[in-house]
Amino acid sequence: MGFDRRDFFKTMCVAGITLAAGKSFGEATSGKEPVEFQGMLYDSTRCLGCRACERVCAKAHNLPEPQDELKAGVLRKTSETQRSVINNFITSKGEVFARKSCMHCNEPACTAACLTEAMYKTKEGPVIWRGEKCMGCRYCMVSCPFDVPKFEFHSNNPKIQKCDLCYDRIKEGKLPACAEACPGDALTFGTRRELIAEARKRIFENPKDYVNQIYGEEVAGGTGLLYLAPAPFSELGFNPKLQTSSYPALTKGFLYSVPSVDVLLPPLLLAIYEATKTNQKDEDNE
Amino acid sequence: MNNKPQPNYRDNEGTPYFSFFLSELKPKGKIFTLFNVISVPVILLGIALIILRFWKGLGAITNLSQDVPWGLWIGFDVVTGVAFAGGAYVLTFMVYILNMKKYKSIVRVTVLNGFLAYAFYTGALLLDLGRPWNVVNPIIGNNFGASSVLFLVAWHFLLYMLAELFEFSPAIAEWLGARKAARILSGLTVGAVILGITLSSLHQSGLGALYLMCKDKIHPLWYSEFLPILFLVSSVFAGLSMVIFEGSISQKVFNDQISAEHRKEHDNVVHGLSKVCALAMFAYLFLQFLVFIHGEHWELLNTGMGHWFLLEMLGFVLVPMILFFYSYRKYNLMAVRIAAILTMIGIILNRLNVTVIGFRWDAAVRYVPSWMEIVVTFAVIFTELWIFRWIVRRMPVLRNSPVWAQESGH
Ligand code: SF4
Ligand code: SF4
Repeated sequence: MGFDRRDFFKTMCVAGITLAAGKSFGEATSGKEPVEFQGMLYDSTRCLGCRACERVCAKAHNLPEPQDELKAGVLRKTSETQRSVINNFITSKGEVFARKSCMHCNEPACTAACLTEAMYKTKEGPVIWRGEKCMGCRYCMVSCPFDVPKFEFHSNNPKIQKCDLCYDRIKEGKLPACAEACPGDALTFGTRRELIAEARKRIFENPKDYVNQIYGEEVAGGTGLLYLAPAPFSELGFNPKLQTSSYPALTKGFLYSVPSVDVLLPPLLLAIYEATKTNQKDEDNE
Repeated sequence: MNNKPQPNYRDNEGTPYFSFFLSELKPKGKIFTLFNVISVPVILLGIALIILRFWKGLGAITNLSQDVPWGLWIGFDVVTGVAFAGGAYVLTFMVYILNMKKYKSIVRVTVLNGFLAYAFYTGALLLDLGRPWNVVNPIIGNNFGASSVLFLVAWHFLLYMLAELFEFSPAIAEWLGARKAARILSGLTVGAVILGITLSSLHQSGLGALYLMCKDKIHPLWYSEFLPILFLVSSVFAGLSMVIFEGSISQKVFNDQISAEHRKEHDNVVHGLSKVCALAMFAYLFLQFLVFIHGEHWELLNTGMGHWFLLEMLGFVLVPMILFFYSYRKYNLMAVRIAAILTMIGIILNRLNVTVIGFRWDAAVRYVPSWMEIVVTFAVIFTELWIFRWIVRRMPVLRNSPVWAQESGH
């Protein structure tokens, strides 16, 4: 039903879209990847839970070194001082480590939400935050289905903190700090396509070690971060309710209808105005 | 009661604008009224809290968290306040577009109310921004996030304020005695009205569209892909209920401003509005019903949130709707007022249910606004009322336009 409606809007509003200011809305969500997106594969079966990635992450982004302890079954969350965390979940397959940070969605809700383009999907794939543009409205936080962006509520010059996949390092040809530091080879950096192939291979070669799912391949329209795990992802702190289609698509119907209403409603109102005006003259003449 | 025959207002008759303006700055009316005694301390406290907020950050005075980044200031001040300000576009539509002369006497005050509401809610929005110095970015165009709902809402807000200013500007010109300007500005009214209605329909629905991406965060009884249309339809009766409510207070407070003839008319106006409200509410309930059926959430009805949902829909939409119908048939003004108040409570409930109460309803730690957020909210509302009173006591808003303006007619 949703799709019919969207198609309906599309055909109805072709005129409107061409009038829309700036870039077309379809662009970001067409599913085509102009340059291949890069991403990262996290293989939970290889993770040692040593938290080396957490520490180098903090160092690389001038954040305080995490002090809290990692305990099985106690959930730690990313925060304005911690862009990535490792957790130890007690699952049907025993204790399993799982990492959490920004998913670097293919079609990010946060960038669709941002009205200043401060949240920005780079052509290389990482989703970055640009402080000189951000006005701190926090709509990105409201919209992100993974609850990733964090806000410095206790600062008078607050920043949004979230993983940027070490975009600056990537541009210099280096690995993200976490991927470089990981002693167990649990974090692999590469293009999304290669990573999916690699993940498939691992599942195929060791089907007993993994659930047959690459988390991130489909969720929320596909993400740059991909996960392999021995236990179902719903037991690893991933919200099982999330949809597989992209989140920005939810607002498309509205966005498409805006230009057409802007263009079509005024003449309609003018017409009614004229019609009632003549009526009134007739009455006056009588 | 102050029943002196000599009114303490007048429009300018040829004094230079500047000295006239200076003389008008003086307070009029009694100083120690109940409203003043309550509002002044609240406003002062509010200012202190706002200073604290910009000094120490939002976390110093709000209970916002990483899970609930938008709280009372957005959910109530902006989202609910804008719904209540919807009266302006509905009334200008009825009066200028449909040519329903009967309602003309309350258009000005409604537009003024709407304009001030927007001005102050945008102000409240600035308080909520973490990095307000960048607020110009999406406006001057160096960063157009054109695929952002918030971007569209912001622009439709801004332009609408401009349209409302134009709609109201003849009153300012009449007050200043600027005859030529008054004539030109009233000539622009219809254009401004058409623009205003268009912009309103989009930002009223846009406020609902803001939450479309929160599919997994808002309780399913309140989240649906039809949020924009539900917000739009409910803004019709939200706005009109506010008009009815505000009118019944103004009739008393600004007694000296209102001519006997207007006062008589007012009952008729209220009576007519009750019918519009009733019909709009009927349409809204029907829509809600369809959305509910479509969502297939029967099993959720018998939960705590489900009862809360039923209370909102039955107690504060169905009941006031019936009351509106009843009062229209029986010409019962008391019933209209009660219905208007119930409707307003219903709107507050609905907007808060989407934005605050139903948002992250399953979170371990629920967001409850801090007392400081509430004080700032009241400070904003009170300041707005001060400005409103200042204008009503001076400009021809509730009272008739000066004779010269009526003669040139528009
Ligand atoms: S996970 Fe959230 S913050 Fe990260 S790219 Fe996706 S929507 Fe944006
Ligand atoms: S808080 Fe900043 S990055 Fe997030 S949506 Fe607002 S302007 Fe964009």
